[in-house]
Amino acid sequence: MNLSFKINNKEVTVAIKDEYTPLLWVVRDVLNLKGTKFGCGKAACGACTLHVDGVAIRSCSYAVKFAEGKNITTVEGLGDIENPHPVQQAWTEEVVPQCGYCQPGFMMVTAALLKENDNPTDEDIDNTIINICRCGTYYRMRKAIHRAAELTRETKQ
Amino acid sequence: MRKKLSRRKFLIRGGLGTLGVLAVGTGIFRNPIRREIIDFTDSFVAPYLGSGTEANLWFEITKQNTIVLHSPKVEMGQGAFTGFAQIAADELDVNINQMEVIAAATASGVVDNLGTGGSLSIASMWTILRELAATTREMVKLEAAKKWNVAVKDIATKNGIVSYKNKSLTYAEVAANVTDWEIPTTPALKPFKDYTFIGKPLPRIDLNAKVYGEPIFGMDAEMEDMLHAVVVKPGHIGARFKYANYTEASQMPGVVKIVQIDNWLGVIAESYNEALAAKEEIEVEWDIPKIWSEEEIRALITVGNGNEMLVQKEGEALAKEDTFLALEFKSPLGAHAQIEPNGAVASYKKGKITVILSTQVIGITQKQIAKALDVDIDNVNVIPTYLGGGFGRRLNTYHAIHAVQMSKVVGKPVKYFFTRQEEFQNDMFRPPTHHIMKGKLNSEGLIANLEHHFASGNVATDSVLLPNITNKLLGADLGAIRGGSIHYSGIKNRRAVQWHTPLPFATSWWRSLGLLANTFAIESFVDELALQGNKNPIELRLAQIEENEEGIRLKNVIKKAQKESNYSDVVTNGSAMGFACSTDAGTPCAQVAEVSIVNNEIKVHTITCVMDCGIAVNPDQVKAQCEGAMIMAMSAAMHEKMYIEEGQLQPIIFGPYEMALIKHAPKEINIHLLQGIDKPGPVGEPPLGPIAAAIGNAVRRLTGKRITEMPLKLS
Repeated sequence: MNLSFKINNKEVTVAIKDEYTPLLWVVRDVLNLKGTKFGCGKAACGACTLHVDGVAIRSCSYAVKFAEGKNITTVEGLGDIENPHPVQQAWTEEVVPQCGYCQPGFMMVTAALLKENDNPTDEDIDNTIINICRCGTYYRMRKAIHRAAELTRETKQ
Repeated sequence: MRKKLSRRKFLIRGGLGTLGVLAVGTGIFRNPIRREIIDFTDSFVAPYLGSGTEANLWFEITKQNTIVLHSPKVEMGQGAFTGFAQIAADELDVNINQMEVIAAATASGVVDNLGTGGSLSIASMWTILRELAATTREMVKLEAAKKWNVAVKDIATKNGIVSYKNKSLTYAEVAANVTDWEIPTTPALKPFKDYTFIGKPLPRIDLNAKVYGEPIFGMDAEMEDMLHAVVVKPGHIGARFKYANYTEASQMPGVVKIVQIDNWLGVIAESYNEALAAKEEIEVEWDIPKIWSEEEIRALITVGNGNEMLVQKEGEALAKEDTFLALEFKSPLGAHAQIEPNGAVASYKKGKITVILSTQVIGITQKQIAKALDVDIDNVNVIPTYLGGGFGRRLNTYHAIHAVQMSKVVGKPVKYFFTRQEEFQNDMFRPPTHHIMKGKLNSEGLIANLEHHFASGNVATDSVLLPNITNKLLGADLGAIRGGSIHYSGIKNRRAVQWHTPLPFATSWWRSLGLLANTFAIESFVDELALQGNKNPIELRLAQIEENEEGIRLKNVIKKAQKESNYSDVVTNGSAMGFACSTDAGTPCAQVAEVSIVNNEIKVHTITCVMDCGIAVNPDQVKAQCEGAMIMAMSAAMHEKMYIEEGQLQPIIFGPYEMALIKHAPKEINIHLLQGIDKPGPVGEPPLGPIAAAIGNAVRRLTGKRITEMPLKLS
């Protein structure tokens, strides 16, 4: 069957054999957007986080059929070097990544948080950002989240 | 130990690119195993062990006048590529922006036979990389001198440009038509003060790739016409494949072939999801010789069981009739839990093999594949990618062999990687440990005797880096002893005794090896002795370190941590400080944790960390390593635990395998770097040592109770 949705502001139609295929594998292997990562396949680590209609979703456990007609954003669509998203700007300023593998997931969930709340407290961060980073970049990440919030507020002014 | 690169050691390989490719190679012979042992245990910084005497590619000058370093080490987050770029740029006389670093593939570059690990990337490459870069710069100058018919000494180099009076050429222009390069004797290295990039906190060179989601990891690799595969693995410890019925699974959508090779099954399909679905339909019978229990495994790892080895002996041992304090400590089985699963993309075509993967041991991966597939090693090209975490897990890459074998069967490239359950059940774990600490104070409250008796499973024994012969030669597991000896040179009577027992499943290198658990035991116990002797724990330590070179460096990090943290061993407003220190791979590190009890849980608010790693090539990345190492160690020390349930390793997923999240990380981390030696020392593992004991020591002051087991919990 064919499924259509918007990904990073582009309309796409993909041929799907099994509508319960996780969105992650359609994004990675069919649409060849590798920025969204596989970590566990059970929605337990957050490496596969992307946005569906602006909401952070763990795409390894989200059937592609639910994406029909929706608007998907991956890290590739968040921003680019010329026009970085505030989260990417802050991540760069704070030099957050080490191995970097989990970072797209963290940036995506942070971007979704800032859309709802552009001035999160430490407690908001603790309650919302529950992805796993094995390199232990959490200390810089917290600073980067506050910085991204600041950049987001500046953009709004 | 380190040799200057002499003229005969350089070889040039021509014709590698269309234009201006410059290659400088080196061939340092592989050293006998004994030297590896000595270097690991003694000198701490192992030498760079190059991959042979053949022409090898190091630097490449591109048409765009950038320099590509083909790194013998991989980048797994430790920031080595950034450090290498800084080191090379300074001696090459190019701008940092002109440097690119890629991991060398076995077909075209130099790989380090020791792999990437042991906190040695920058430390071991420091001299050789500068010498190679300086030599390359001189080679470019020599060619420019010939072109202009002027003396080499009158030629200047800067930003990748050679110049003489009003003439100038880019390095790429100089290199364009050169076929026979003249190799000078190794030039003198620049004085440190002339370095522009070394020592600066520059941003990581891979930052953009990692912030904008570029496909740089093994998991992101693809080959044309590639199929996807999964492998059926047993859930039980020691289980052997007996029988499988896969008739129905073979008929499932997308399945190309189900292969049975030796004692494993591979499912190859058009997509990953189809392979996974088919795997779930396969009925497998396993031969399970024994259902192991947690208690049986713990009993194997007990002081007094296994192979005994005295690894430190100073002065006298405590006698049975002596009165002394003794405490028992334990640490659990730990998983690597790197977020990128292990896997490989492999192609077998007419006896030629190409494998793209995340590996810490490029050369060993290549050798293992060549041996398993019975092909000449030159027909195996291993292309390493960026690693989605290493931590020692990727020293073992047997999955690469499976990927190649499956590609051979189906005649197409195959991508194969582990599920998360397979990661947890087929990890090469950090072994559990058991420790008995014994100590005796003299009449002045100083430590007269200190003994560390400790039991561990395999760490270095039977590993790919140090084969079993080392165990036979030395009788000890060289990985498990990391941090196991007592570094207080002022204590007259010191003992460290290792008891080593292999477990029925694989245990191996886990970032910092034995350091994490050994330091937890030793430094918790020293703190207890300080309390018994009514001494300030920092003053007690300082009083028991001799003023030799090592001792002075250790004392300096301790004093600095004391000062910067405003250390006090008095509980203030429900908050206490805990101190601990360790010396790992020659790098002393001291940490103070500020801790309170919140909702009946241990909460770490602030950590002060002081480390003397010599020259910090990139101080910001050294700090990043300290932060990450301490948070990883906190995760292991406070949350993580694998266990055995009815013969299976558990848990099999994040969450039940509890790990530190952002809410657990301290909100304040203060890092101070000292430079007690004039070269870069190991960085990536030493900061994992003190933190568990530092937290436990703070909790001791808050609750009056000594925590003796990881993960650290109240009650």
